[in-house]
Amino acid sequence: MEPAIVVEGFRKTYGDVVAVDGIDFIVAPGEVFGLLGPNGAGKTTTLECLEGLRFPTAGRLRVRGIDPAREPRRLRDVTGVQLQTSGLPETMRVDEAMRFFCAYHERAPRWDLLERFGLQERRRIEYGTLSTGQQRRLALALALVNDPPVVFLDEPTAGLDVATRAELHALVSELRERGVALVLATHDMAEAEKLADRVAILLAGRIVASGTPRALTAAASDLTRVSVRSELETLATRSTPYPGVSRQLRNDGYDVFFTDAIGPTVAAILRTLEEASDPLIDLRVERPSLEERFLELTSAGAAA
Amino acid sequence: MMALLHHAGFELASGLRNRAMLLLLYLFPLGFYLMAGSLMVALNPGFRETVVPAMVVFALMAGCLLGLPDPIVTAREAGIYRSFKIHGVPAVSILLLPGAATLLHLTVVSAIITVTAPLLFGAPPPTHAGAYLLVYLAAAAAHAGLGLLIAVVSASTRATILWGQLVFLPSVMLGGLMVPSEVIPDTLAMLARLLPATHAMNAMRGLAFGETTAFSPVGSLAVLVTGAVLAVVLAVRLFQWDRHAEGRRVRAAWGALVVLPYAAGALFL
Repeated sequence: MEPAIVVEGFRKTYGDVVAVDGIDFIVAPGEVFGLLGPNGAGKTTTLECLEGLRFPTAGRLRVRGIDPAREPRRLRDVTGVQLQTSGLPETMRVDEAMRFFCAYHERAPRWDLLERFGLQERRRIEYGTLSTGQQRRLALALALVNDPPVVFLDEPTAGLDVATRAELHALVSELRERGVALVLATHDMAEAEKLADRVAILLAGRIVASGTPRALTAAASDLTRVSVRSELETLATRSTPYPGVSRQLRNDGYDVFFTDAIGPTVAAILRTLEEASDPLIDLRVERPSLEERFLELTSAGAAA
Repeated sequence: MMALLHHAGFELASGLRNRAMLLLLYLFPLGFYLMAGSLMVALNPGFRETVVPAMVVFALMAGCLLGLPDPIVTAREAGIYRSFKIHGVPAVSILLLPGAATLLHLTVVSAIITVTAPLLFGAPPPTHAGAYLLVYLAAAAAHAGLGLLIAVVSASTRATILWGQLVFLPSVMLGGLMVPSEVIPDTLAMLARLLPATHAMNAMRGLAFGETTAFSPVGSLAVLVTGAVLAVVLAVRLFQWDRHAEGRRVRAAWGALVVLPYAAGALFL
């Protein structure tokens, strides 16, 4: 199957500043691809070049076989874009926006999308008086007016309430079912872990890790986190080290142990509490998350 | 075609919904017209002869130089044009439709001035209606083009106000609106010919009102038409979709080329 998106040797500079330094990835139809990275890593620059808003300095970009820099009109027909920073004129009403952008896509107004995003009641309201969440929902609705086979979402859940966030997640799943390729740039690791089939972690313009969220977290330092909260907080006073624990810290009232031997560690912790007659309040055992892998990579990058 | 109609309709409505635009397109020029008409005619009866062209040119300046650029710069800085670009809205529409909508509003204001000034202040109406319309269109296009160019080269709304005032204030004082060009000292009169308002007044008085003018009104009309075409072409060519645009100073230097037809007018008319 022909890839929906091809990025080969992509590089983008602004004067002397290198924003993206030769990255490669491919997104298949029906795949959700997450671009993760701290601020300034090059996520938005990558998306903007794929969206045709900026031109690459070097490399090859293709969206459904279209070169975004050379064929902007064809690109509009196959892409839906929700930008990180964008807006509409303050005085433009919701229904006007729908008519306006649908007309430029040569389509009838998509009132069904307003309904889907809970904006039907706000049709006659000017954009400037919508709440931030409503503005983001309208931007999402407008990104889908042309039923695009490729969708770019840049920080899509920023400013959204819990219900709308859940609605967006359902929408992403629905689009994936329909074979739409989605590229998601986000800071929200839990969201990326939940939604993305594959992710790439960008750091200083380079991809430092990529793969499925499960594969990435498996590649992380294989330490399980054991968090314990007790009434008398006696765990930190034990003189002998806990078995298997390589790192220990206190965080938000919890003693946190990083261990490669869950059973012996937990047993030693419980024994210590029992000997000290320290009642256990909470005990959590957590596998490394994508966020931890991300922090591990970014802190390694910062240290380098 | 439908897209253009929706876009044009929104721009027209926007001129009335946006309070700042409403002020600069209607309230300010009409308020000034009523005040200046009452005061100036009482102080200087000779002003009666130029009430219509002076107040129409004043309305064009207020709407095009002070009103038109600001929403464009604000939209660009807020990333609105990025949204437009990803939906395929062409740059030409983004610039020309607000310009056209502004001119439509200003035409309503100009019509009110043209019709009411003879009744309210005893001002003479244009003697050649066709020439009046022709000069009006040229002057409107020249000012709108300049307003668009200011919007395109300005880095911020603050810069927009500065550039707008840089043309607006000298135009009011030296453009022949309040004081006839004939009584302005030679050096200032030469400088005044760098302003579209001077040529608009000269062409209107000479061609539409049949007055004797200090320099060629046909030449002034040619300067306005050339200035309008050059300003619009430069504005479209120099248009940038967002604030991250590089080379703003270079574009400002290119934008300065708009002065060429007016400089030619100052030197050769």
